Amino acid sequence: MRASFVFTEMGIAIRRNLSMVISVILVTFISLTFVGTAGLLQQQIGSMKTYWYDKAQVAVYLCTATSPKDVCPQGESSKDVQKTVTSRLNSPTLKPYIDTFYFENHDQAYKTFQKEFKNNAVAKYVTPAQLNETFWVKLKDPNQAPIIIESFSGLSGIEQVKDQRSYLDQIFSMLNIASLAAISIATLMLFSAALLISTTIRLSAVMRRREIGIMRLVGASNFYIQLPFILEGVVAGVIGSLLAGGAIVAVVNYFVQGYLVQQLPFTSFVGLADAFALLPGLIAIGGLIAGIAAASSIRRYLRV
Amino acid sequence: MISISQVTKSYRGAPRPALDNVSIEIDKGEFVFLVGASGSGKSSLMRMVLREDLPTAGSIHVLGENLVGIPNRRVPHFRRNLGVVFQDFRLLPNKTAAQNVAFSLEVIGKSRGFITEAVPEVLRLVGLEEKANSLPSELSGGEQQRVALARAIVNKPAILLADEPTGNLDPNTSEGIMDLLNRINLAGTTILMATHDRGIVDKYRKRVIELSQGKIVRDEQGSGYGNR
Ligand SMILES: Nc1ncnc2c1ncn2[C@@H]1O[C@H](COP(=O)(O)OP(=O)(O)OP(=O)(O)O)[C@@H](O)[C@H]1O
Ligand SMILES: [Mg+2]
Repeated sequence: MRASFVFTEMGIAIRRNLSMVISVILVTFISLTFVGTAGLLQQQIGSMKTYWYDKAQVAVYLCTATSPKDVCPQGESSKDVQKTVTSRLNSPTLKPYIDTFYFENHDQAYKTFQKEFKNNAVAKYVTPAQLNETFWVKLKDPNQAPIIIESFSGLSGIEQVKDQRSYLDQIFSMLNIASLAAISIATLMLFSAALLISTTIRLSAVMRRREIGIMRLVGASNFYIQLPFILEGVVAGVIGSLLAGGAIVAVVNYFVQGYLVQQLPFTSFVGLADAFALLPGLIAIGGLIAGIAAASSIRRYLRV
Repeated sequence: MISISQVTKSYRGAPRPALDNVSIEIDKGEFVFLVGASGSGKSSLMRMVLREDLPTAGSIHVLGENLVGIPNRRVPHFRRNLGVVFQDFRLLPNKTAAQNVAFSLEVIGKSRGFITEAVPEVLRLVGLEEKANSLPSELSGGEQQRVALARAIVNKPAILLADEPTGNLDPNTSEGIMDLLNRINLAGTTILMATHDRGIVDKYRKRVIELSQGKIVRDEQGSGYGNR
């Protein structure tokens, strides 16, 4: 009885105030789509991190004849340098940190290069001698790269020691900035959604002031008076969140899985499961913000 | 039942108080006419009995509740013991007579069973069983006031407050409403009625409290409207 009455009243309120309710739905929809996008980006960063960090290695580049003279004064490094590096990598001080390592000579480096830059003009001009001979070191714990870097930097015949994760960190920080931007836009839009909801609810209350007056007169409890209005806001907010959830799922399904995955193979992308995992959060945010905005608005209206 | 003690009400910005040190005791089952010129404070007094407003000074007890001290959240429950009718009926224009009455029960959480029984019964009591499904716009002023009365008494209140209930009605129709109020009173409901209707007050000869500029100038059993 009570429930059916409250829902009937809410239905009447929504129908009378339809255009405002629709605008609330749209604003919530758009702002939560931004929230969801930020969430997806974070998940994407997370999954790329686990994928790439795992593969990332420390590269010890030996000098070539074309290396800059200030780091490689004696030009192409000798076989002795290779021996020194190998023995250091096998020494008891470093061995415990190292999972595996292998040596790549000029020809192997050239082959890898040709494969990676197959369609790139630079592949035509590069010669094997220009490409560094390299020790690829895979660590047991990728966070311990500084140990390797320290023990080889400055050694003569070595051009550079590079933790490949530093390249990745640049990409990740860009993605992080993008998701931060999405979150900032989302926050602004959620704020305007909250304002819009409170205006909508106040309007709805004004349109129903006779009913409210009679309810107060006959002794309806405040909760009972407020509930249809709060529900009106929550319903609009939840519909908006569901639309946002749908948009996020559609983006993942059609754009990420349907397009990006084919364009950029060998990269792990967020999947539908990640998108669905965001849904409860989106609905909770939409419902909560709408509920709080509606409740505080109707309270303020009823107090005066 | 209603105990008003040394109540003063000053509205902000008003030169003199709307009520000035007013004390009234009303017992169970009484029928009291509240008379006085426009602006003498009748409606202000009624609003305070309903706890729509608080006195600036003094105390009001209604049905054992101290209305100055009662916490806000208890006010709705307190009001369920009071019925109210106004000069302007205050019906919901998009609901039928029966729905208007039912609405007041729905919003205090009465069961559907109770409502389907109580609404036709109270409409019969006010003589409107035939018009149960008419909208207020399809009813005469007197009929609308009967609906408002039905709504006010359907929950069997201990006290009925009527602020100029016949103010918009012609003498004959007013007569019918007064008959009804009298019957409600005889059934045990205490009635406090503000009115400008000299004929009615003179005819029924009940207790009359007269206000003038916020002060009580007369409080007499079996009295008339007075000379003013
Ligand atoms: N909400 C309010 N704010 C300020 N002043 C008010 C308010 N309500 C009433 N007053 C003033 O208080 C005085 C008493 O008003 P009240 O409505 O109680 O008179 P009344 O006896 O009911 O008059 P009437 O017979 O015309 O209905 C008037 O001077 C009025 O202007
Ligand atoms: Mg008045």
